[in-house]
Amino acid sequence: MAKELWKGNEAIAEAAIRAGCDCFFGYPITPQSEVPEYMSVHLPAAGGVFVQSESEIAAVNMVYGAAGSGMRAMTSSSSPGISLKQEGITYLAASELPCVIVNCMRGGPGLGTIQPGQGDYFQATRGGGNGDYRTLVLAPFDIQETVDFVQEAFDIADQYRNPVMVVCDGLIGQMMEPIEWRPIPKRDLPPKDWAASGRRGRARHNVINSLYLDPESCEELNQRLTVKYAEMEEKETRWSAVNCEDAELIITAYGTPARIALSAIEELRAGGLKAGLFRPITLWPFPEAPLHELAGSGQVKVILDVEMSSTGQMLDDVRLAVEGQKPIRYLGHAGGVMPTVEEMADAAWTAWKEVQQHGGHL
Amino acid sequence: MKKEIIISGFGGQGVMSIGKNLVEAGMAEGLNVTWAPSYGPEMRGGTANCSVVLSSRRIGSPVFTHPTELIAMNAPSIGKFGPLAVSGGLVLVNSSVVKEPFGRADVRTLYVPCESIAYELGNPKAANMVMLGAYVSATGALQPETIKSMIVHMFTGAKAKLVPLNLEAFRRGMRCGTERPVPTDAACTA
Amino acid sequence: MAVIYEKSKGLTDAELHYCPGCHHGIIHKLVAESLVELGLLDEAVGVCPVGCSVFAYNYFSCDMLEAAHGRAPAVATGVKRTHPNQAVFTYQGDGDLASIGAAEIVHAAMRGEKFTTIFVNNAIYGMTGGQMAPTTLIGQKATTCQSGRTVEQAGMPIRVAEMLATLDGCVYAERVCVTDIANLNKAKRAVKKAFTKQMNREGFTFVEVLSTCPTNWGMTPVKAVQWLKENMIPYYPLGVVKDVEITEKAEVR
Repeated sequence: MAKELWKGNEAIAEAAIRAGCDCFFGYPITPQSEVPEYMSVHLPAAGGVFVQSESEIAAVNMVYGAAGSGMRAMTSSSSPGISLKQEGITYLAASELPCVIVNCMRGGPGLGTIQPGQGDYFQATRGGGNGDYRTLVLAPFDIQETVDFVQEAFDIADQYRNPVMVVCDGLIGQMMEPIEWRPIPKRDLPPKDWAASGRRGRARHNVINSLYLDPESCEELNQRLTVKYAEMEEKETRWSAVNCEDAELIITAYGTPARIALSAIEELRAGGLKAGLFRPITLWPFPEAPLHELAGSGQVKVILDVEMSSTGQMLDDVRLAVEGQKPIRYLGHAGGVMPTVEEMADAAWTAWKEVQQHGGHL
Repeated sequence: MKKEIIISGFGGQGVMSIGKNLVEAGMAEGLNVTWAPSYGPEMRGGTANCSVVLSSRRIGSPVFTHPTELIAMNAPSIGKFGPLAVSGGLVLVNSSVVKEPFGRADVRTLYVPCESIAYELGNPKAANMVMLGAYVSATGALQPETIKSMIVHMFTGAKAKLVPLNLEAFRRGMRCGTERPVPTDAACTA
Repeated sequence: MAVIYEKSKGLTDAELHYCPGCHHGIIHKLVAESLVELGLLDEAVGVCPVGCSVFAYNYFSCDMLEAAHGRAPAVATGVKRTHPNQAVFTYQGDGDLASIGAAEIVHAAMRGEKFTTIFVNNAIYGMTGGQMAPTTLIGQKATTCQSGRTVEQAGMPIRVAEMLATLDGCVYAERVCVTDIANLNKAKRAVKKAFTKQMNREGFTFVEVLSTCPTNWGMTPVKAVQWLKENMIPYYPLGVVKDVEITEKAEVR
């Protein structure tokens, strides 16, 4: 297959169309507006439905209606817009409706900036809406992965009857890179015999609902969801480890910072520090076991987590996975500022020297 | 081979297109490429820039602090990125717009009167193609034939008549891609 | 033996949870009968609200979706746009539609979404226990305006049918009530007309049904009907507010 040059946001939209997305509902917000723009032209041409909604709240509820009636539905937005969608996402999760939600993250909090950010990690992985639920979260770090993951997201969503989020950031959305349209792995997808799209001869009526006033039946729903989430953790956890086999320092990062880290570890190795990159690809389920194992291996002396977040959000998951086996250092930028290769390398050296001085007991 | 290029200038100077032309040509030659734009309000009038990486190896970061090559289409771009260019790197200055000489002795500086040449050819919009020509001849990073064939494919249908103009702008730019250490607004005729 | 009357096939056998004297049961019946009589029951998809009619998915025998509070018109948009041949309706109360879901209903009407909204206006929040709604009348008491609603505090009540009628995408808006047989028959005609126009793909169709809430109004069912007639109808006049066929004869009120 020949490589084609694609801009991230347009590639997201095209990937969805190729994955058989039936309908897209969205609202303009920088830096993801090229997604609805592309969809408005190309989705109807492919036989699908495009609606520009009056708000992000309406958009996610249109997704609820379309997904609830059995369609492959999608919406996309950027951080403040994703906040508005949280109500809809918890309803989608509770009603077990498959759909794809793309967050092209920008810096926050509040209106923040339109430049790239990663401050929505908690929102994506902990659930920004009410109640106990999980959304599977895929975090691509280049445009090839972005188009692969958007396509897969529809299948994963259908397989588990669960919302799937693809989180990237403003840089991935705006940049261009060559990609290949390659086939995604085949999955056995169950029929959508639960969809509320008119009985049309069916004996019983289908109901899409998340209301369970009776506590016992509401707990039953929660238990059923918990079993499903456990299965997703078991089967869908993904990560990538680069140069970790002999690494004495591990950088943990996802999305754009992980990509910047690839350059940093090259520089660090050239300078004599054996560095590796551990990159969670699913933010939920977080690759806890593989990171725990890596951190436990003898040669690893220190871990440096890097995020576009001031306080560190994935850092919590890194700590939970490492379980105190090794010291962890943090480098964070927020408000739309991206970490540079140089400062990542500097932070790695600093962490390394500290650990050398203190014998690793930090 | 790895080139980390920043192209910067006023909106409307074709800054983003120079970057896109570079990555398209790089792709055609089998290089790994990335193009990352600045985005936001500056796209609507201020100074815009994009970062391009051309590499024979897998590309890590698509963004970088220190460009190996800077294409500065206006004075603010020199101010912002000039000091960041790597020592021993290349700075291409659009001397039709930037009147001050660029003072760093540790970088190679070329002055290319983009708009003057384009104007002389009858269409100021071809200024970016002049700069592209200068970049290609100054660095040897890409084959001129790749760009030429790209130009032929870029303008089709009603725009096909623009092909000769752009080819000529590119050719004239190529001529500027040799050492021109003195800032000048005179068209390159070498 | 000849069957003279039976429960509509558009309703399930589930026992209704509504309070004595509440009009929701009657309005459910009208909608169900209309779907059956128009041959649409098998094609219908309903979207129910948050409010007293939150369990409507248990009562209607067509496919149903339960929406988040106020979002039923957005949910119905998602269903109808992807299933243009189905008969889609939202069933919403006044807190759901006129307060938290005001944006969704206005924009669905603006876009001329080809579904039908049944809007049950009882001038109060029923399910949460009698708080003031946007439709609560001036002077009417509620648990969040215990001395009666005032203009200074809460402005004048919203006339939704008239507001939506200003939008070109809304092709039909009628206000009805179900206080007696004559009005009940008119109400059913309005519901059937709305569905018929929907299936003709004319645009957004809207039926506002004035309804009682004896429990939260603190009245007997009989007194509540009387109060509706004396207080609600003067402010929320019954009749066709907009019908594109009539509009063409310049009769928009």
